Amino acid sequence: MSGSTAFWYASRATGIVALLLLTAVLVLGILVNRQGRLPGLPRFAVTDLHKNLSLLAVAFIAVHVFTAVLDTYVHISLLSAVIPFASGYERLWLGLGAISLDLMIAMIVTSLLRGRMNRILWRAIHLLAYASWPIAFAHSIGSSKDLQHGWMLDMAVGCALIVAAAATWRLAHAARQVPRAGRVAAVFAQHTAMSSRSSGQSRRSRETVSR
Amino acid sequence: MTTTVSESAPGGAARQAAGLPRLLSAIPEDLRGHLARYGATPYRGHGVQTGVLIGDIEASGLTGRGGAAFPVYRKMAVVARARAGRKVVVANGSESEPASRKDELLLRLAPNLVLDGLQLAAEAVGATEAHLYLHYGPTPEILRALAERASRGLDGLNVTITQAPPRFLAGQETALVNRLNGGPALPTFQPPRVSERGLGGAPTLVQNVETLAHLALIARYGPRWFRAAGTDAEPGSMLTTVYQPDGGGSGGSSPPSQQSKCRVVEAEIGAPLRTLLSSGAETQAWLVGGYHGTWLPMPQATGLTLANDTLKRFEASVGAGVLVALPADRCGLTEAARVTGYLAAESAGQCGPCLNGLPRIAAGLAELAGPGHRKQTRADVERWAGLVTGRGACNHPDGTVRFVRSALTVFAPEISLHARGQCSATNRKPFLPLPDGMPTSEDDWT
Amino acid sequence: MAQITTETLRVNPIDCTGHGVCAELLPELISVDEWGYPIVDPRPVPPTLDREARRAVAACPALALKLMRTEAPARSR
Repeated sequence: MSGSTAFWYASRATGIVALLLLTAVLVLGILVNRQGRLPGLPRFAVTDLHKNLSLLAVAFIAVHVFTAVLDTYVHISLLSAVIPFASGYERLWLGLGAISLDLMIAMIVTSLLRGRMNRILWRAIHLLAYASWPIAFAHSIGSSKDLQHGWMLDMAVGCALIVAAAATWRLAHAARQVPRAGRVAAVFAQHTAMSSRSSGQSRRSRETVSR
Repeated sequence: MTTTVSESAPGGAARQAAGLPRLLSAIPEDLRGHLARYGATPYRGHGVQTGVLIGDIEASGLTGRGGAAFPVYRKMAVVARARAGRKVVVANGSESEPASRKDELLLRLAPNLVLDGLQLAAEAVGATEAHLYLHYGPTPEILRALAERASRGLDGLNVTITQAPPRFLAGQETALVNRLNGGPALPTFQPPRVSERGLGGAPTLVQNVETLAHLALIARYGPRWFRAAGTDAEPGSMLTTVYQPDGGGSGGSSPPSQQSKCRVVEAEIGAPLRTLLSSGAETQAWLVGGYHGTWLPMPQATGLTLANDTLKRFEASVGAGVLVALPADRCGLTEAARVTGYLAAESAGQCGPCLNGLPRIAAGLAELAGPGHRKQTRADVERWAGLVTGRGACNHPDGTVRFVRSALTVFAPEISLHARGQCSATNRKPFLPLPDGMPTSEDDWT
Repeated sequence: MAQITTETLRVNPIDCTGHGVCAELLPELISVDEWGYPIVDPRPVPPTLDREARRAVAACPALALKLMRTEAPARSR
């Protein structure tokens, strides 16, 4: 097998792994936001896993990009990895990959500087994840023949379904959120309901109005 | 509003010797009358003279009259020495405490004193902007005073008037700044303090309108004059809003004509409280410091004075000068429960402990004030009180807990009575004044 | 008089949404109340826990936990 073919295989493989990792990262990010837990693991495991897998994904994407550039079968410039639609080869699909990567770089850099920057700005940039993943997904399906049939296609569709489900869960929660002006009334209502259910018993009220 | 100014408050001779009243004249004065009585606004001039006023304020020992009693010169000094192109001074007349009426009366009878103070403070700190933050917005008296001053070219800065929303927290410094910034009157976390970074990020001096009125007089008569009244540690005079059993007291959320009758009295700091509040058989307890204040038992508290020095023995302070003598025929527990319900409803709902704790405390108190209560409730209220103290972005939970804990102590006998389904009250009319309704939408905070 | 710089943990209660990650990472200084919100020890962070404190600050999903510098005069005899 020639060197260039090895690079090409490496690029395809790391790309697929990156897609799986990014799917996990996004779902974990939503889990963090919703204060969800992974069974049997402490809360900081969710936050740490989210962070660590995102860095791992970046590593895989770096290899994915460099091997694609180094491969000589088609000409892909390094610049086209970050400048959308600058590639001659597969302009559209690689362009989407570049957009997704740009968004990811913004998210990673701001997250590394998290303690030093404005909270609201950090959050706004981090929300770009909801754009970055679908664009990465489109890039993956469009530029990879592997993902377009067989069990790999099933796997890719599975990732999309998982992301859609997680995003729907997140949106549903946002829709259910009590606006700030109604929170006190909600606590009053909750407490009254709880008290009448457990009258006579000594109980600590565990329910809170989530913020 | 049926408030009367009292020139003949108890202790007349002592009051005259101390030079009271200082802030309140019997009739409202226009600018001409104001200038005739007090003389011209004593601007010091910019440059070298700036800061001299701050020295006088420091020597006078003037503390804030909005409730926190923070030394005025310290806030002024912070703003004065800040290096900023924009500096702001705000006269806080929001008077968000429902039982307080003194600022409203002061702004009606002596708006020029307040406006003098605003301009003098602005000059002393190098402010580029002046604001009036008012409970009722621009009143006729304020507008007239501003117009008269403008026609005489008296003021260095134009004054922008903003109406405060009728929220208990609207007068809190950071909430005030947020409102003036165009947002809702909600507190924010400190640091930074508003004197370092406030309106639009600029150093902002916020002072209660009564404080500014005192400042305007100190600028004319000097710190020694100010110290001729009051005590060494707490000099000067202060406006109090007094509620007495003989006032008829029909408070609660009744139409204005039936609002609790109260008197605004300017008193010397250190005056015995019994010269302001009745302490006989018709009174069952005192409330000092308003709805974030402290209930005091009778007769143990009768010897106390209007000074934080003596009040701190009972963990009380003068606050913004709201003084209540609760009639013996009322149920103190019910009054406390009503107010606590109001305080809980006025939580900004931004901080977990306050949001979760205050409604539960209020519900617990309501249960204690009802006929019979669960055994656990008293302990629950105490546990929640401990959980909210010091854990909010502002001191709303702390003040509420102070009010609640002192009520539970002072009205302990009443709690036992209610546990047996009885109540000692013969008069069910609410005494303490509260506004109608609970805030429900974001607009209620703007 | 010499000044020592101490660091104190403080939580911005407005930003805090009660994730509870801080209390897991720094149980010596942070516990959680019955509603899930952190109760933070107000005393200066002991030097032995400095690294854990920084980790907890970095881990807060809401960026609500902060390490604040305070200057205090060194205790003189």
